[in-house]
Parts: sequence; structure tokens; C-alpha cells
Amino acid sequence: MGEEKRLIYLDNAATTRTAPEVVEAMLPYFSELYGNPSSVYEFSQKSREAVTKARETIAKSLGARTEEIYFTAGGSESDNWALKAAAEAYQGKGNHIITTKIEHHAVLHTGQWLEKQGCEVTYLDVDENGTVKLEELKKAIRPTTILISIMFANNEIGTIQPVKEIGEIAREHGILFHTDAVQAFGQLPINVDELNIDMLSSSAHKLNGPKGIGFLYIRKGVKIRSFLHGGAQERKRRAGTENVPGIVGYGAAVERAMRNMEERTAKERVLRDYLIDRILREVPYTRLNGHRQNRLPNNANFSFQFIEGESLLIMLDMEGICGSSGSACTSGSLDPSHVLLAIGLPHEIAHGSLRLTLSDETTEEELDHVVDAVKKIVEKLRGMSPLYEDFLKRQ
Amino acid sequence: MYSDKVMDHFQNPRNVGEIEDASGVGTVGNAKCGDIMRIYLDIDENQVIRDVKFKTFGCGAAVATSSMATELVKGKTIHEALQVTNKAVMEALDGLPPVKVHCSLLAEEAIHAALWDYAEKHGIRIEGLEKPKSDIHEGEEESEEY
Repeated sequence: MGEEKRLIYLDNAATTRTAPEVVEAMLPYFSELYGNPSSVYEFSQKSREAVTKARETIAKSLGARTEEIYFTAGGSESDNWALKAAAEAYQGKGNHIITTKIEHHAVLHTGQWLEKQGCEVTYLDVDENGTVKLEELKKAIRPTTILISIMFANNEIGTIQPVKEIGEIAREHGILFHTDAVQAFGQLPINVDELNIDMLSSSAHKLNGPKGIGFLYIRKGVKIRSFLHGGAQERKRRAGTENVPGIVGYGAAVERAMRNMEERTAKERVLRDYLIDRILREVPYTRLNGHRQNRLPNNANFSFQFIEGESLLIMLDMEGICGSSGSACTSGSLDPSHVLLAIGLPHEIAHGSLRLTLSDETTEEELDHVVDAVKKIVEKLRGMSPLYEDFLKRQ
Repeated sequence: MYSDKVMDHFQNPRNVGEIEDASGVGTVGNAKCGDIMRIYLDIDENQVIRDVKFKTFGCGAAVATSSMATELVKGKTIHEALQVTNKAVMEALDGLPPVKVHCSLLAEEAIHAALWDYAEKHGIRIEGLEKPKSDIHEGEEESEEY
């Protein structure tokens, strides 16, 4: 009695812990320096400067210009803005958008909505590792193609896309290239010029920043218009009083992420591979989803045959372990994850997936505990599974 | 999101297992939508369910409803067992989240499928029992639209 349940948080692709130094940087901008950056008096100057400083930090981290960073309320807003505004602004040129089957719903559902508005959208297939096929991308391009929107790295299976090659293809054909970098920013080095990226979405809470703040990078010259109408904030492209504490926190989070990226991700890769190797070696009838090497440093995604993901998650939760699953039961629909189906998994295997995403605070000892728990739980659930029973009888 | 009863039956499911030479076996659901239930019945000469076991592939609610359904039919006659509805299973579990109600329907169907199998094997008709529609080999659930 009385012993507090231990928490092992391995759902950092869902959200991360706001770093204490980030919170500290934000705090003055609530009750002390609360001025509206748009006001004229000197008091609000501090707020204005803080926003500018964060914008500079973020721009620098991407090799972008300060005026190319537009703050939003998060990744979903950035994705919506990029797609909807590009479709509107470039309708004179065409109405065709190319994206993939494995995008986040913020892109996929926006694409579906745009189709209802008269756009044509191609959803590219991916290979069994979740990588976009460049030849198919080239083949999909039409004279009316105005936008290619392909995520930098997948949120579920972690696969990193050939962004440089995609950027080159887009550039050659004079097509805008947007990338949803919500999972990649802060984990992988990104230079928007080297990669020919025209628009990029990001969200602070994925890199130890606060929730409710994101940005859309828009290359100078890309003529997309305002998404929220009102005041003149964000160079008149996104109205609304700035979320000053959020923006300050974002700046601090980016500074922190860039400072320790190499060291942090190197450590995460080692632990990720340790986890992957142990699970694959010690739990039979298990597969790794996503590319073995070319994946986010902190992402591991498994499918355990014969069991269902939500059951696994609840039992892990009882052990204090937080993970996520592509099971239908966790999504509120009958279908399992569109990403796992797109890489060719049959439904019953897609239902039995588990995503574990590490942070820089994850330890090997925690992972040992997780592997032990997974082994025990998978065995228990298989013991209850009619699919496993049938499988054994066929042997 | 689940009641304490659901959690209890999920964590400590009753009557998990198989029955060799069962009087009736029913399997319902499909892998596509992520729930498969199999119920084994051992029915004595007085048509009383002497033993019942289950195996389930599915979410926490699927396991809990299977477990509760086996509890509710154990020791009952086949006619009483037929009266165990999904509502009864849900009530016994202190309710289910709306998206999980189909799990309780599946549990009811699994019992019916096992009773149907028993009736077929013994060449009898059970008053009020219809051939279960949900079968592992039949029917695909339609996908949801956004």
C-alpha cells in the first residue's frame, strides 16, 4: 500500500513533457509581461521582442528567414492552412494535389474536404516500409498539379521520407512542396533551402514545448493568403493576438532541441534499437512496422499476431506503461490504422499493433521492464485468443 | 472509460479456455473489425449448461462481455441461456461506452451460435433460436465515412 504507481511514458509521438526550462521561459509572459505585442506603449515592447526572438530562433533552426515563420495554434491548423490556402491561391494554375495514403488525418481529411470543393487529390501508395515511391510521384504529376504534400516522417511507423528527392521533383516541375514535419522537426536536421521545402508544418508540444502553438513555414514568394481574418498579426496572414507564452515556450523548446539534437537522438537510436531487437527476439510472431533503419530516432512500432491492440494497451497501462496502438478500438472506428493498411498489413495484424515512442529521459532499465511486461501480456492475450488457438491447431 | 466491473472481467476473465468435445461451439465476429469470440458449451442430458468456456480476440470490452456472458449462462438451461441478451450482459457489467455496445451484441451472438451448433449436432430445434447471422466466415463490416 501507498507505493505510487511507476509511470513509464513511451508515447512521445502523441505528446511530450514540456521541459522545465521551457516552462520557466514562459512564466514571465503570463502575469508580468502580459502586454499585447500589437500595442504601442513601451510595456508591450517586451512581449513583441519575445515573439521576435522566438521567431528568429525557429527560422534559424530551419535555415529560413524570420518573416517566413507564421505562428498557428498547432500542426493541424498549419496543415489545414497549407492545403486549403494553396488550393485557393493556385486555382488559376490547376486543382490537382498529390499526397500520400499515410499522412496524418490533418492532411488526409483536408484533402478529402478539398475534393468536395472540386479539387482532385492523388493519394500515393507507399512500399512495405512506408516509403513513398518516387517513380509513382513523378507519374502522378499533371499539368494541373499545384501542390505536393508529403510528410517528413510518419507519426505511426516512424518511416522517414526521401524529402530531398521529393523537393527536387517538385522544384523541377514548378510545383509547391509542403511537408508535415510535426514528428520530424527537432528530431532530424531540416534545412528548407537544401530540401526545397516551400511550406512546413510543426507543433511545439512534440518537442517538449507547450500545447496549442505551432507554425507554418511559408517560403517567401509563395502567395498563399490569410486563413484567419482579423488583425494584422503574422504579416496579415494569420489574425489573432499572439499566444505570447506559447511562442516564447516554442522558441525555448526549439533552442533546446537544436542544442542537444545530435547527442539526444544518438542516445535514443541506441535505446530504440535495443527495444526493437529485444522484442523481435523474445516475442514470437511479431513484426516491426516501418523502415528498420530509416525511421525516427525514437519510434518503435510492432505488430503482435493473434492479439488486439486495445487490450494490450489497457494491460500495459495497468503496469504504468503508456503506449499507443493502431487498433480500430483506439480510433473510434471499425478500421485499424490507415497507415498500417497502406503498408500492406492484413486487418487482424494491423489491429495488433503497438507504438512505443521514446524520449531523452527513457532509460534502458525502463525498456527492460517494458519488454518483460509486453512478453507477459502478449502471452496472456494469446492464451485467450481464438486466432492463436486456430493457429496452433494448424501447426 | 470502462466501469470497474468491465475492468475486473477484463483483468480477471472468468471461464477462459476450451472444452474438448464440446456440445456446441460458436465463433462470431471477424478479424477485419477486430473482434472474434468463440464460446464452448458443455450441455448435459437435461439441457443444462454444465460448463462454458470462451476465447476472444478483441478489445477490453470484447473480453469483458465474453467473460460476463459465460457467467450468465453457466448452470442455466439452454432455454434460459437464450434469454441472456446483450442488454443483460451490459447491465451486469454496469454499462459500456456507446462505441463498445457492439461487443455485447457479439457476446449474445456467440452464445446463440454455440447453441445453434449444439442443436444441429443433436438434431433438435430450440424454440426461438435463429441461425446466427454474424459468423467469422461471413460478412464484412462496412467502413466508416468521415
